[in-house]
Amino acid sequence: MADRVPAIGVLALQGDVEEHLVALRRAGAQAHAVKQRDQLDELDGLVIPGGESTTVMKLLQRFGLASPIVERVRAGLPLWGTCMGMIVASHDVADLKQPTLDVLDVTVRRNAFGRQNESAEVDLNVPAIGAKPFAAVFIRAPWVERVGPGVELLASREGHGVMVRQGNVLATSFHPELGGDTRIHEYFLSIVREALRIGKRSTAA
Amino acid sequence: MEHTGTDTVKRGLAQMLKGGVIMDVVTPDQALIAQEAGAVAVMALERIPADIRTAGGVARMSSLELIQSIMDAVTIPVMAKVRIGHFAEAHVLQSIGIDYIDESEVLTPADDKYHIEKRPFTTPFVCGARDLGEALRRIAEGAAMIRSKGEAGSGNIVEAVRHMRAIGDAIRELSVAPKEELMARARELGAPLELVAQVARDGCLPVVLFCAGGVSTPADAALMMQLGAQGIFVGSGIFKSNNERLFAKAIVDATTHYEDPKIVAEACRSLGTSSAMPGLDVRKLPDSELLATRGN
Repeated sequence: MADRVPAIGVLALQGDVEEHLVALRRAGAQAHAVKQRDQLDELDGLVIPGGESTTVMKLLQRFGLASPIVERVRAGLPLWGTCMGMIVASHDVADLKQPTLDVLDVTVRRNAFGRQNESAEVDLNVPAIGAKPFAAVFIRAPWVERVGPGVELLASREGHGVMVRQGNVLATSFHPELGGDTRIHEYFLSIVREALRIGKRSTAA
Repeated sequence: MEHTGTDTVKRGLAQMLKGGVIMDVVTPDQALIAQEAGAVAVMALERIPADIRTAGGVARMSSLELIQSIMDAVTIPVMAKVRIGHFAEAHVLQSIGIDYIDESEVLTPADDKYHIEKRPFTTPFVCGARDLGEALRRIAEGAAMIRSKGEAGSGNIVEAVRHMRAIGDAIRELSVAPKEELMARARELGAPLELVAQVARDGCLPVVLFCAGGVSTPADAALMMQLGAQGIFVGSGIFKSNNERLFAKAIVDATTHYEDPKIVAEACRSLGTSSAMPGLDVRKLPDSELLATRGN
C-alpha cells in the first residue's frame, strides 16, 4: 500500500511560517499553519520555524501550547526546529535563564555566530542528505554547545554543531526554508514516514 | 565559503520577525519590558515620536551610549534610526553592530533629495513608504524591509490604514495587469521595471512589509494585520499609554491572533480601565508638522 501524504504543521505564533509551508509542499507534504491547541491532534509532524525564541516561548506558554506539544513529541511526534525552533526544543540555553520545551538533549548558545552583521550564507557539508554541500543561511544563529547521549551530530560549522537529531527530533541552527534546496525538508519527511510506519506496525500488533 | 551582507541574510532577518511586534524604547528598562511582553525586536531611540513632536528642533540619530546600553540589555534584535540621506550616521550604526537601521522620516531629514544608497551596507535597512512606488524605490536602493509610514506619534491609525491600503491596492492592480502595461506602470510608479514585473508576478513585495505610525491599541494592531501587514511597529502607543506593560502584552497578543476576535477581545479586556495614548487629528496638523511627507 502506498504511504499517505504526511500532514505537517508549522507553528505559526510568529516567524517565517510561509517559507516552511512552501518548502514542505514542494518536498511532497501537506502543510498548514498551526496556532491553536486542537490543531495539534491531526499532525504527523511539527515544524517550529525561524523567529524570536524569547517571544515564541512566551506565546507557547501564554496560549497553552507548550505542554501539549511536549506530550506529543515525547510520545513520538516528529519535530523539526530551525534556528528559533532549535532553541525552543533544546534542554537549556547557555548563560541565559530562558525557558525551553526540553525535548532535545542539547545545550545551545544564542546568537553564537554573532549579531546580524555576522549573519551569513555558508556551504555546509551534511552527509545525511548527500555529498553536495547545502547552501545554509545563518541569521543571528545559535550553535549546539553540548550534546547529550543519543544525540547525533549531523553537521558542524567552524567546529560547532549546527544540525542534530535525537530520534524523532531534528534541529538545525540555519534556515533550509530560505533558498530553494528542499533536501533537509525531504530528510525531515523521511523521519515522519518512518514514524508513521512504526505507528502502523504497533497499531497492527 | 562564507558570505555576509547578502540580500538573503538581510531580508531574512525581517522574515524571522514576521507576525511580531517591534517596540520603540528609550531606556534599557523599557527594552526589558518590551522583551518580557513578547516583542520580537526593539527600536532604540532617545525620544519616542510623540515626544519628538512636542520637543521640536532637529531630531538626530540617538546617542551611541544609549543604543549600546539597550543592545546590552536584551537578547532580541535592536534597531536604531538614522536621518533620511545621512549615510555617515548609518556607517556609525553599522560599526557598532546594530541589527537593523531605520532610515526614518521621524528624524529630521539630512538630505531633502536623496536617500542612502543602502546596498553596500552589511547591516540591513528598513524604510517607510506611503505607496507602492515609494516602497519599490527604497527596495531598489537596497532596503531589506518596508514599513508603512502612517503618521508617527499621532496615536491616529488613519494614515497607516491609508498607506497600507494604497500599497495593497497597487499590488493587486499590478498582479492582473497585462504584461504590455508594465513599462507604463513602472513609469507611473516611478520604480524600476524589474521590481514592478517581480511584484506583478509574485503578488507581493520582494521584502517583508510591516505597519508603522499610529498603532495604539490591540484592535489597531489586529486591523493592520488584516489589511496585509506582516507585523507591527509600535512607537508611542505603548510608552505613552498609562500602563506600558499591559499595553505591550495586549498588542503582542492581538498581533499573534489577529484573525481571532475572541483573543483580540481578551487582549482589549486585559487593559481594564487603562487608557491609550491621547491622539491627534492628523487633518488639523499643519503641513510643516507632518512626518510622513518627508522623503519620497
